[in-house]
Amino acid sequence: MQPDWPAEVHRELAAAGVRVVGYVPDAGHKRLIELCHADRKMRAVPLTTEEEGIGLACGAWLGGERAVLLMQSSGVGNLINVLGMVSVCRFPLVMVITMRGEQGEFNPWQVPMGEASARVLETMGVAVRQAGEPQAIAAHVRTALMRAFEGQGAEAVLIAQRVIGIKSFQEQREQ
Amino acid sequence: MSLRRRDVVKKLLEKRGGLLVVAGLGSTAWDITAAGDADLNFPTWGAMGQAAMLGLGIALAQPKRRVLVVTGDGEMLMGLGSLATIGVQQPKNLTVVVIDNERYGETGMQATHTAHGVDLAAIAKACGFRNSAMVTTGKDLRKIVHEQPGPNFLQIKVAAEKLPLVLPPHDGVHLKERFRKALSDVLEKKP
Repeated sequence: MQPDWPAEVHRELAAAGVRVVGYVPDAGHKRLIELCHADRKMRAVPLTTEEEGIGLACGAWLGGERAVLLMQSSGVGNLINVLGMVSVCRFPLVMVITMRGEQGEFNPWQVPMGEASARVLETMGVAVRQAGEPQAIAAHVRTALMRAFEGQGAEAVLIAQRVIGIKSFQEQREQ
Repeated sequence: MSLRRRDVVKKLLEKRGGLLVVAGLGSTAWDITAAGDADLNFPTWGAMGQAAMLGLGIALAQPKRRVLVVTGDGEMLMGLGSLATIGVQQPKNLTVVVIDNERYGETGMQATHTAHGVDLAAIAKACGFRNSAMVTTGKDLRKIVHEQPGPNFLQIKVAAEKLPLVLPPHDGVHLKERFRKALSDVLEKKP
């Protein structure tokens, strides 16, 4: 049976005391976004672009709260310059990123950024954890939360496209 | 006569109490420092376009405390989307002040879009800011920053002038830690 990874990740975020969840939507994050919106202890904040999430998360930390960001890999490129602030100030940062441009991708324009995402993040000082199976996601998120908030690190969990399912993308192609 | 940026910012930050302040990189970071460096200041040295979002993050984390973002027109133009994001969140405790000299002051005083008539206050209004105004006089500005329920936006037109640099500490870890420590001290005093 497939684990309900969005519910598991939401439980990890709640257990870690995350109060602010910034996101730019992805189909793969649909359910997790809904769970965060429904959680009265969390403030889910839709963003116009991923880099806003860095300001939001760093601001929340300055104000004494914990934030995480949800996005798809295409948004990683939008983060590059502002990740400099995370690095130089050693802000804790946790990003849960669904991959595009991998196995099953129907849109070739998604491929370059998808293929470069992990390298871009690592180049800017973000530790990358690759979740290739749904069973692995919550544990990676738990580790990322601990390393970030206890060790002032920047962490990204990349969720493989095959986990999210390629069917929806095929359906989109047929529409 | 044109407003002068250092006078405006100094006036806004006088008797600031527990006001939490973020400044955009460049001139506005020097402005808040010229008014008196403070532990509850977070002047940025980079991350252009993120000053307002830093303010939103603080405002959501500390809904009972007032938050002021002081930034420049160039910095605000790089993060226009954040005005829409703030408009959606409606933080009552947040004021964004743009010190608008219509120039990129740190790079050779090149004209910004506001020099060509781009109206940031109208954009903020359209994004759902509760109060938004473009002003050319310093009247009543303190009341907006310190008392008026927000989100508030002020685009304050100032003279384009090159002023002596007054630099805040630049160690990011220090700026972050001193802010958090000072905030937790304030919170312990007034739960």
